[in-house]
Amino acid sequence: MIGCGRVGSSVALRLAREDWEVTAVDEKEEALGRLGENWTGGFVVGHGMDAGVLRRAGIEEADAVVVATNGDNTNLVVAQVAQKRFDVPCVVVRILDPARAEFYARQGLHTICPTATAIDELTGAVRTHKDAEGVSA
Amino acid sequence: MYFLIAGGGKVGSNVLKTLLRLGHEVTLIEQRLDRYGRLEEDFEHQVQHGDATEIYVLERAGIARPPDLVLALTGDDEDNIVICQIARHGFGVEKVIARVNDPRNQAHFDLLGISPTVSATSSIMALIEHEVPEHDLVHLLELRGENLEIVEVQLGKDSPCAGKLVEALRLPEGSRLISVTRNGEAEIAVGSTELRPGDQVLAILRPGKEDELRRVLLKD
Repeated sequence: MIGCGRVGSSVALRLAREDWEVTAVDEKEEALGRLGENWTGGFVVGHGMDAGVLRRAGIEEADAVVVATNGDNTNLVVAQVAQKRFDVPCVVVRILDPARAEFYARQGLHTICPTATAIDELTGAVRTHKDAEGVSA
Repeated sequence: MYFLIAGGGKVGSNVLKTLLRLGHEVTLIEQRLDRYGRLEEDFEHQVQHGDATEIYVLERAGIARPPDLVLALTGDDEDNIVICQIARHGFGVEKVIARVNDPRNQAHFDLLGISPTVSATSSIMALIEHEVPEHDLVHLLELRGENLEIVEVQLGKDSPCAGKLVEALRLPEGSRLISVTRNGEAEIAVGSTELRPGDQVLAILRPGKEDELRRVLLKD
């Protein structure tokens, strides 16, 4: 798990609960706190762009890498490094900008764009409300 | 020719000025408002404000024409990589030049096929190795993916290995001689190759083994 913020730490915790062996990587040591006192997985302090950090986190043996730091471009580069250099079979990457998420999805990255999801959900919710209430647009 | 420059710091803005002086058409994108403001005073519409890794910003700057050359010169290596990839794969830009800020990121540019790249730190280090006499061991190539490097060593008159065969050398673990060049002629180094003063020796080794290798080839 590269990036252990709000999203990363929750993904790490959930997967660990489902019996995955998880190592989280974050630039800040404080991020370890987000994983709670009972965290038994790994934690490596460092930047995801640093191949040494990725190796220390065990990327060479990883079955899956989830990339969700707070920088879209960092995520895009780290995900490609995981996929192309370390041949990780499953790489999933969080990209906030819908345009870049779509572009890189076409290039073969598995991108997840919460912004696009929010846009769909919000417009969908308004449509549903309108249909139910018979409000004229 | 039409050039698109991402990044209006010292490098980007000087490249902009030079290209304009040469009569080219140039658009520069700068993200920081203070820098943009200063550049815009001099260059007006030729400078645009925005994040050059955003596709709509690139489109506004004319990426779809496409430019003859895109120069990714920001202070962020991730951004420079993404700019080059979008330009190439999204808009069919044929030529890109990227700046590498942290030499450790060079491997990422290489992996993703982004070239040519320019790194001030690496260029300066290469010059230092050539210029400063203590650097009797010159780094020729770093194979970052393989964690190996190729170095060149010039054997002096007092080299402890002069007159010895390669097989008799106690080379550090994780190192091997590749070739020996004498009077401009190179030979693959094998066990029976004899070393002589003045030889240029190429060696491959794990990073960090330089000092041990130096002791064997250069000093007692």
